[in-house]
Amino acid sequence: MTVKKKAAQPNDMPDWSEYRGVLVVVEQRDGVAKSVSWQLLGIGRKLAEKLEVETIALVMGHGVGHLAEEAIQRGADKVYICDDPVLSVYRTRPYSRVCLQLIRDIKPEIVLMGATYTGRDLAGAIATHLPTGLTADTTQLDVEPHPSRLLLASRPAFSEKMVATILCKQYRPQMATARAGVFEALPRDPSRKGEIIPITCEMKEEEIAARVLDFIQDEKRVNLEDADVIVAGGRGLGGPGPFRLLKELADALGGVVGASRAAVDAGWIGHEHQVGQTGHTVRPKLYIAVGISGAVQHLVGMQNADVIVAINKDPDAPIFKVAHFGVVGDLFQIVPALTEEVKKRRGL
Amino acid sequence: MLHIVCCVKQVPDSREIRIDPKTNTLIRQGVPAIANFYDMHGLEEALRIKDQYGARITVVCMGPPPAEKTLKQCISLGADEAVLVTDRRFAGADTLATSYVLAKAIQKIGEEWGPVDLVFCGKQTLDGDTGQVGPGIACRLDLEQLTYVEKVVGIDLEKRTITVHRHLEDGVEVVETRLPALLTALKELNKVRRASMPGMLRAARFKPVIWTVDDFPDMDKKQIGLKGSPTIVAKTWVPEQKPVNGEVVKDQSPQEAAAFLADRLWSTDLPDKLGWNQQSEEVSA
Ligand SMILES: Cc1cc2nc3c(=O)[nH]c(=O)nc-3n(C[C@H](O)[C@H](O)[C@H](O)COP(=O)(O)OP(=O)(O)OC[C@H]3O[C@@H](n4cnc5c(N)ncnc54)[C@H](O)[C@@H]3O)c2cc1C
Ligand SMILES: Cc1cc2nc3c(=O)[nH]c(=O)nc-3n(C[C@H](O)[C@H](O)[C@H](O)COP(=O)(O)OP(=O)(O)OC[C@H]3O[C@@H](n4cnc5c(N)ncnc54)[C@H](O)[C@@H]3O)c2cc1C
Repeated sequence: MTVKKKAAQPNDMPDWSEYRGVLVVVEQRDGVAKSVSWQLLGIGRKLAEKLEVETIALVMGHGVGHLAEEAIQRGADKVYICDDPVLSVYRTRPYSRVCLQLIRDIKPEIVLMGATYTGRDLAGAIATHLPTGLTADTTQLDVEPHPSRLLLASRPAFSEKMVATILCKQYRPQMATARAGVFEALPRDPSRKGEIIPITCEMKEEEIAARVLDFIQDEKRVNLEDADVIVAGGRGLGGPGPFRLLKELADALGGVVGASRAAVDAGWIGHEHQVGQTGHTVRPKLYIAVGISGAVQHLVGMQNADVIVAINKDPDAPIFKVAHFGVVGDLFQIVPALTEEVKKRRGL
Repeated sequence: MLHIVCCVKQVPDSREIRIDPKTNTLIRQGVPAIANFYDMHGLEEALRIKDQYGARITVVCMGPPPAEKTLKQCISLGADEAVLVTDRRFAGADTLATSYVLAKAIQKIGEEWGPVDLVFCGKQTLDGDTGQVGPGIACRLDLEQLTYVEKVVGIDLEKRTITVHRHLEDGVEVVETRLPALLTALKELNKVRRASMPGMLRAARFKPVIWTVDDFPDMDKKQIGLKGSPTIVAKTWVPEQKPVNGEVVKDQSPQEAAAFLADRLWSTDLPDKLGWNQQSEEVSA
């Protein structure tokens, strides 16, 4: 990797006029799309509009026709759908085969996938096969206009202390995985029209060695990524017990409980609740940080929430810098009072 | 006997990296170089497989000469052989070029010490942090790819299959596949052992096998190092916190504070969006 200061000049790049369009790979399990897929369609559409090209989605799975429709309502102009029993659960080989075939056929200039376990598994395989450059775990995506049309893929580096913008000049398509909860999905628009194109899966079951024997749903795992309201607690709670206060507030608001790493590391609550760099990146409508100081590794996980509320006894806590509404005071008094107030207003 | 290759990278401990507030650049001085800890969980699992089924373990690292230290650490834990793939021409590699060189090295390891049945990588590194090298190697060597493994259930030596638990966002997937396979290790996989006294003695005398570009006659020089890397870091910067300038109150009674917050929340579109008002309407109706 080099560090170049100069802005990209098209004359140091090959002619890529064959490659046009932004392709978003939609991730789903059991016919339910991951929210990151729609977030990627949201940002993918913005990039496509800037480049004056189509936004294309790829839906793979079995019994997933409804997701093709939804992809159009969420911003795709064109959806390729591969619906085949071989794809009923994710496996690297058949999924990458379908993706590769499509990418080679339609030649998109940009390919975006979620930086989820499955997205990273698939993207890593595809980029190597093609081969092309793949930027991991991006949190900002932009494009330079024609003629360079370069994807400016930015990602946090060195424990979120820096951000690096990564380019791919000499290969196409330009690929990136993107973090869940960073980009904004477009609302569903049932009036949007688009084209749905079925494609076939060339791989037969006999050619695939991997067999998924079982899936053990983690009942404890909270769905932070899709939650509208998160009430998160940190070291200020002082122990596992006070998380009950947060749960009561979360219940009153129709939300779930999150946590800082300090609270998770102390063993007060499971890792599945952790928000931040090494936990979940979330984008709820409301995030209430209770007894959390607001370390940068925590902020990167929640600063895209629509409304942020902070409750902390330290007026200088950095969390107040990102909060829309804050109260300086003792969480043990304020949280129960707020729960009561919310219940009263909601008539609960 | 199984032959297992563990890919281990030596990385700067990124938790120790600080930013120079004047120049906004990284202060790399004094940052310790450590073995990427996910990789050590991969090695530990290989050692457990060795204990249970019998195996030969070869560790491979691409990096500058000081990375020898990390390889010695692996030997002290019980690895049998260690290879340092090092050459200035490898410098500046992104994940595509890295997986090319490591795949070549694993191929050569197979030729020197017997066919490889299993490859372990870490989930990701502490520095580049992409998690792309494992899938890259699997793809190049046509290995079965098992990422984010939190448990190895077992290996069937006769049928040459392996069964693992893969960690996903919403649960655990039980997958069986054939060997040869590549696994990427999570820290939940195991607890890494301490080096034994004989291991430490062996490590002290140990010299890893060194391979440079010239040890790979069929290596395509266009695919290595900077030249073989499609991704270019155009710039790095220190992210600025966009100040929200929110409304913060203090010295209020809990009831006042709660009323303040509720007033503010109810003045946004949240009650509409989240249906907070529906319930109260029903009650009042
Ligand atoms: C590589 C790396 C990755 C990391 N990843 C993450 C991550 O994913 N998520 C994460 O959260 N952190 C992460 N961290 C850790 C992060 O740097 C902080 O250490 C952590 O977020 C601190 O948690 P905290 O805010 O709960 O605790 P503290 O910083 O100790 O803050 C506790 C706060 O509670 C307040 N408080 C105490 N008592 C009360 C009370 N009675 N009423 C009201 N307020 C009270 C205090 O004023 C203080 O502000 C990471 C660090 C590193 C180096
Ligand atoms: C801040 C920063 C951002 C970067 N972003 C990107 C990016 O977006 N895309 C990109 O292609 N490159 C990127 N790179 C370059 C990338 O870090 C290097 O290519 C590196 O050599 C391998 O990638 P990784 O560290 O991400 O490894 P990962 O893919 O995270 O590593 C997974 C596993 O592969 C094995 N492994 C990886 N490297 C070695 C090695 N040298 N020797 C032995 N085993 C190894 C280890 O088992 C490791 O746990 C970035 C580098 C930096 C410093």
